[in-house]
Amino acid sequence: MIISRLAARPIPLLTGLLIALILPWMIYPPVALDIACWALFAAAVDLLLGFTGLLPFGHAAFWGGSAYVTGLIALHAGLPFPVAVLGGAAAAALLAVPIGYLSARLRGIYFAMVTLAFAQVVYFVANQWRGLTGGENGLQGIPRDLFGIDLSDPFFFYYAGLPFVLAGLLAAWRVVRSPFGRVLVAVRDNPARAQALGYPVARYKLLAFVLSAGLSGLAGGLFAIGHGFASLDEVYWTTSGQVVMMVVLGGIGTLWGGAFGAALIVELNDYLATAGFQEIGLVTGTIFVIIVLVFRRGVWGTVRDALRARAARAVPAPGPDPGTPHDETPGTPTAPADEVPTRPAR
Amino acid sequence: MLQQAFNGLVGGAFYALLALGLSVIFGMLGVVNFAHGSFYMLGAFGAYVLLDSFGVDFWVALAAVPLVLGVAGVAVERLFVRRLTGLDPLYGFLFTFGLALILQDAVKHEYGVQSQPYPRPPALSGSLDLGLFDYPAYQVFVLVVSVLVCAATWLLLTRTRIGVIVRAATERPELTRALGIDVGRWVAPVFGFGIALAGLAGVLAAPMRAVNPLMGADLIITVFAVVVIGGLGSIFGSVAAGFGIGLVSALGNLYVPALSQTLVFIVMAAVLLWRPAGLFGREEAAL
Repeated sequence: MIISRLAARPIPLLTGLLIALILPWMIYPPVALDIACWALFAAAVDLLLGFTGLLPFGHAAFWGGSAYVTGLIALHAGLPFPVAVLGGAAAAALLAVPIGYLSARLRGIYFAMVTLAFAQVVYFVANQWRGLTGGENGLQGIPRDLFGIDLSDPFFFYYAGLPFVLAGLLAAWRVVRSPFGRVLVAVRDNPARAQALGYPVARYKLLAFVLSAGLSGLAGGLFAIGHGFASLDEVYWTTSGQVVMMVVLGGIGTLWGGAFGAALIVELNDYLATAGFQEIGLVTGTIFVIIVLVFRRGVWGTVRDALRARAARAVPAPGPDPGTPHDETPGTPTAPADEVPTRPAR
Repeated sequence: MLQQAFNGLVGGAFYALLALGLSVIFGMLGVVNFAHGSFYMLGAFGAYVLLDSFGVDFWVALAAVPLVLGVAGVAVERLFVRRLTGLDPLYGFLFTFGLALILQDAVKHEYGVQSQPYPRPPALSGSLDLGLFDYPAYQVFVLVVSVLVCAATWLLLTRTRIGVIVRAATERPELTRALGIDVGRWVAPVFGFGIALAGLAGVLAAPMRAVNPLMGADLIITVFAVVVIGGLGSIFGSVAAGFGIGLVSALGNLYVPALSQTLVFIVMAAVLLWRPAGLFGREEAAL
């Protein structure tokens, strides 16, 4: 099923895979790993923002929480890094249950504010629990053990970590294409109707939240192993904002678009940091403001719409098949995702 | 204990001013202003720059800085936020997030991250005998100003024609428009007013808190929790929750110091369980 769906659109898929495989040849390998981790993080956030209609503004709690748990497992239990990363992801998903329970009942801006507030709790706990997290210094010297194989070269570690990112992206894609994912889109577009049709909306939202947190944790754990440390930056609200920025930059509701956003922001951050420019927010904030004001469909969304328009011109009046509308363009939702559907403000 | 409660009320005075501005803006525009903390920070820096570079004293800054920031707020609404009306309110939130990053890092670029000193105004440098204990006069002044401003805003909204229009536009924008009232005319002034309140809080904070570019960033998240507790868009709820949370955190700090920073969020979680729309919010707004 998955294979056949994926095989239906081989060219974009193979292009994406090829880029993922040759990335550390083209750019500095640690940056390549950062891009891969943030791409998965962005896809996890898009699962909520693009497909469930919730803006999570506190996902640093799961990315950073997993970074700490992963680091602790690798440091103190001496287990190989895949076990540590999976442990971190599981911890993130677990942490998402109470947070999701309290916040997923809210909608719109309330949800964003409340998730942000809970993430701040995680930040304060990490800051104060110095014995465990190292406080301001963070967790340092996290090992990259894999049954004695030497992964200290970031170039090789990229390939050791890539399968996790790809598996996470595949899982996100699979969720979006599943019947469960279709219900999420229904919840996004009209929660009252979804509820009336008998879908327990709150439970669907909570499950989506937990899944998204688990994938964010996978990304964050890998990031911590890749860098060899976990710091307070990982749980700070700027991290939550940055990943949302990547999703919007790439295109809300495109799932893969976040990878573009991740690549652009990570590269930009790396370039500015190398140039010795400290106030990165001046640049990223400006880009973000411009995107929100005039370029809300994002990079991927714009490209996709252009391709669709061309396809529509080439084949006169194709008429989408109402039975399987989403099979026409795998990897994208059926609803035009150029903008999050407008919900009444109050 | 009593003194600590008073500290709490003074802390709550800042929460209340910021939450009030956030609520007024949210009520009128449906936008949660993430940059609110940045405007608070700009208020404090405005007072600092006026004193440091131009020798303008606290009292002038107290009037001038909120006025200038209010005008800046009107400009921001006219130039940018207006373009986002009719879209999902999340875009307004994202826009103001970007704006917050810009403002914060612009100030950081200019002044660095270290805190700038700002002396108390000489007239308020002493302490007042409050009967049971002596208390710094400046803190009493902050509390009085905050209560007066909140009360004045309340009277403005409930006793004047402008207030009636704004409240009507907040509750039922379409119906208000149908009655022939130009709601759009009031959007920018209300946004500017909310920003001016944040600026006022910033000026008031300058002599008693560290003036640095990051002072607004963490505070705004706490204020978000405050307005969620009070009920977003509820004027009374924001002010009451502001002072209440100030009091609760100060007393919490006394008994369980480890929880001092997280207590407000624990209260928020409890309120969400019990009343998801906040203590004074309307259910339809949140669910």
